[in-house]
Amino acid sequence: MATRGKKAVEKVKLLMDKTERIRNIGIIAHIDHGKTTLTDNLLAGAGIISKELAGEQLFTDFYYLEQERGITIFAANASMVYDYKGQDYLINLIDTPGHVDFGGDVTRALRAVDGAVVVVDAVEGAMPQTETVLRQAMKEYVKPVLVINKVDRMINELKVDAQAMQIRLGKIIDKVNELIRGMKKDKYEEWKFDAAKGNVAFGSALYNWAVSIQTMKKTGIGFKDVYEYCNQENMKELAVKCPAYEAVLDMVIEHLPNPLEAQKYRVPVIWRGDDESEIGKSMARCNRDGDVAFMVTSIDVDPHAGEVATGRLFSGSVEKGKELFVSGTYKKDRVQQVGIFIGEERVEVDKIPSGNIAALVGMKDAIVGSTLSTVEMVPFESIKHYSEPVVTVAVEAKSTKDLPHLIDVLRKLAKEDPMIRVEINEETGEHLVSGMGELHLEIITYRIEHDEGVPIIASPPIVVYRETVEEKVGPVEGKSPNRHNKFYFELEPLGAEVVEKIKTEGITVGKDKVLLRDKLIEAGMRKEEAKNVVNIIEGNVLVDMTKGIQYLRETMELIQEGFEDVMLKGPLAREKCRGVKVKLVDVKLHEDSIHRGPAQVIPAVRNGILAAILLAKATFLEPVQDVFISIPQNLLGNVTRELQGRRGQILDIKTEGDMVSLKAETPVAEMLGFAGDIRSATEGRALWSTEFAGFKPIPQTLFGEKVMEVRKRKGMKLEMPNVSDFVS
Amino acid sequence: MLTFVGLGLYDEKDITLKGLEAIRTADVVYAEFYTSPLGGKRVEKMEEVYGRKIFILQRSDIEEHAEKVILEHAKNQNVVLLCGGDAMIATTHVDLRLRAIDMGIETRIIHAPSISSAVAGVCGLQNYKFGKSATVSPPYKEVISEVPYETIRANKERGLHTLLYLDISMRIHEALVLLEAVEEKKGEEVLKKSLIVGIARAGSDKPIVKADYLPVLKNYEFGELPHVLVLPGELHFLEREALIKIAQAPEDI
Repeated sequence: MATRGKKAVEKVKLLMDKTERIRNIGIIAHIDHGKTTLTDNLLAGAGIISKELAGEQLFTDFYYLEQERGITIFAANASMVYDYKGQDYLINLIDTPGHVDFGGDVTRALRAVDGAVVVVDAVEGAMPQTETVLRQAMKEYVKPVLVINKVDRMINELKVDAQAMQIRLGKIIDKVNELIRGMKKDKYEEWKFDAAKGNVAFGSALYNWAVSIQTMKKTGIGFKDVYEYCNQENMKELAVKCPAYEAVLDMVIEHLPNPLEAQKYRVPVIWRGDDESEIGKSMARCNRDGDVAFMVTSIDVDPHAGEVATGRLFSGSVEKGKELFVSGTYKKDRVQQVGIFIGEERVEVDKIPSGNIAALVGMKDAIVGSTLSTVEMVPFESIKHYSEPVVTVAVEAKSTKDLPHLIDVLRKLAKEDPMIRVEINEETGEHLVSGMGELHLEIITYRIEHDEGVPIIASPPIVVYRETVEEKVGPVEGKSPNRHNKFYFELEPLGAEVVEKIKTEGITVGKDKVLLRDKLIEAGMRKEEAKNVVNIIEGNVLVDMTKGIQYLRETMELIQEGFEDVMLKGPLAREKCRGVKVKLVDVKLHEDSIHRGPAQVIPAVRNGILAAILLAKATFLEPVQDVFISIPQNLLGNVTRELQGRRGQILDIKTEGDMVSLKAETPVAEMLGFAGDIRSATEGRALWSTEFAGFKPIPQTLFGEKVMEVRKRKGMKLEMPNVSDFVS
Repeated sequence: MLTFVGLGLYDEKDITLKGLEAIRTADVVYAEFYTSPLGGKRVEKMEEVYGRKIFILQRSDIEEHAEKVILEHAKNQNVVLLCGGDAMIATTHVDLRLRAIDMGIETRIIHAPSISSAVAGVCGLQNYKFGKSATVSPPYKEVISEVPYETIRANKERGLHTLLYLDISMRIHEALVLLEAVEEKKGEEVLKKSLIVGIARAGSDKPIVKADYLPVLKNYEFGELPHVLVLPGELHFLEREALIKIAQAPEDI
């Protein structure tokens, strides 16, 4: 394998320069539809792992936890060489995780690729996450090809005949096409799936075979023959005649664009700068001699090399010693090493030209989503994803000697995985780690203990709430302790659409005020408010509606700090606020700055807003998830009982044959421990997944109880807060 | 009754006889030093000289809990509140007095010298030519207040002197760096062209009064706090002579 690997590296190095022979692709699918197994097939085809092992090795699941659980957790990278019609092609592949707890990785991986192999299970068809990831791909203008996997199950488990099989496969294609039409009308005609066009393959990644219209022409093996091979359980021979990697990689090379073609139409979508600028033109042309423009899609911390920033090079060439600006930091970092990935291995090369996926060592100021460039440029748009970390565990080191080390470890993990939030508390040594779900947190704590060797005590997972307002109030006065300054606030709900837009688009207050105003108006805010937004945090906004108040400019920073304080710790139970619009309507300031310093302004603003939130009918929002379950019909009763016991609302039930798939909405708090319970309620026969579905108001009957629960946990007084606690 | 007593400029001996009498006949004696620096005052020393126990109040005692801590007692007892300089120089004391009046409590003020009156004499400038004052406060998150700079400019336009108080722990050097930063940002030359007087420990046995231009004053060692600054406006010939003889100003001012 070593020699094979070495040879592959040499070939990859040669092909990096031949841009028209590069394909940057990702593989996307619903959980368990077989992406990682398919990836292994492709790597085997390129000679990186042995063909006999493909289908079982799960090569890209190199993280042992992934292999242990049989699911992919992190997006891994691999470059491989494939011989198509006598010519070598370089395929840069990013394997994306399927579990929804890791949705952020999927979106980031998609930004770096131009094409996607969409894998759909032949028995289950398109599933909710197929839709989610496909929508993300369409948003990023990533062109898809389709692989319908597990066709053998359709024949051997569902016992359909050859004709019924073709009809069913046709239906799956129609369903996916329908999704694409809904998401991307302008590209539908060009991108829609059609077996006759050759952008669809059918096969079984587990048994290493696949067919498409091209392979049928080449080998003469059609659907009837496939059916026979499967029926006779002779898939080994089928795998020799129609290897999966061939059908899929042929399709990738024929139907997915190379970087030269793709960057022309993708750059205007994923980059908001001026198309006519030098850097804009250079990226659209994928010009390797132009200035460097690189987008970081993941950061790994290597024990020897330090931080490794992986991403897509859209323009220019990167070599050792080059200095690159890191967007948002005003800093320049020097490239210490450039490399490509082969499986889990990072191989150093001298120089990487535009169009490739590259790994850069030395970018110590970069974070996931950073733009790295030789000239200062408009950064790539912030990467969008809707999911938020809503499940939290408290961790502390078992042994006091590990206290400082644990802090380093947590900071490192947060850097590597942007879906983790870490709150360090050096005083108590009890740190809060928030993630996407129970599984995500389980993996994080596992990594702390096993990878980093820090024994920890982790609390049971808890769910975070949000505090919000239901009514409009104001003006409410906040007075500084020295009584020399007064601030007047009006509060009202921000509106669900505005919050959602802020969250999904990552709208923040930046330098470009006009852009911000336009985005907020588009989100549904009134113009006169949108143009005066001075701070956005956690889906709350601060609007300065005052005019011509002297010294306000010198005080605004402090007002914002007081506002942010409250938005991060609301009055009910010091949970974050969400969906609160705070309007500053009047201010009376002492002219001498000594009388309006931090100790005066921050408490005045904080107390004013805290009181106003209570007056505006404060309530709790709780995170909810969509739960998708498919089970045999006779177990439906058990499942609905399980859901109803968890305040679940069943939104949709579909029956196909003796299988039922249902969709329900359930508070995340009630989903803790669901994995075990659903397993025992269904004898382990339920296939299920979840998706973050935002925050919803908590039922009135539970409000008091939940507030007290959180207050108790935080060691606060067990009383509902009063307006008089904050203003006199 | 609530009696505000000024402690005067520097140490425990600057109090007036009336002030001392008020302390000796009081039921409770409070003091606060957050609005004005302690200078040469030592609480133990004050207690020894005045012959009374003194309770030191924190800012929150006056700003947030004045009713409970001070005013309730003042309803039927003689309460004295001591503070540095003049009794009413801090604006928060005016606020406290108003609250006392609202509660029907009788109030009284016993004045004492304050830097705002002493400054003229200390450097030889004439009292009636001072304009508005301002405080140089520490910047917060890089936001430097422009009020002191604007005050200097506005006073100068009218030929007036400016007294700048410095934050309780601020040295002359720091204050000048902050003013310079504002000047640089505005691209102006008010400070650069102005004579500046630095004053340290007014009222003590070893005060320092030094007049010169920015580069010299920035590096001049003024010693222990408290410090204040004066930016003279137009000078009367007598003032010019005084600055040269009292404050070692350059001969050519």
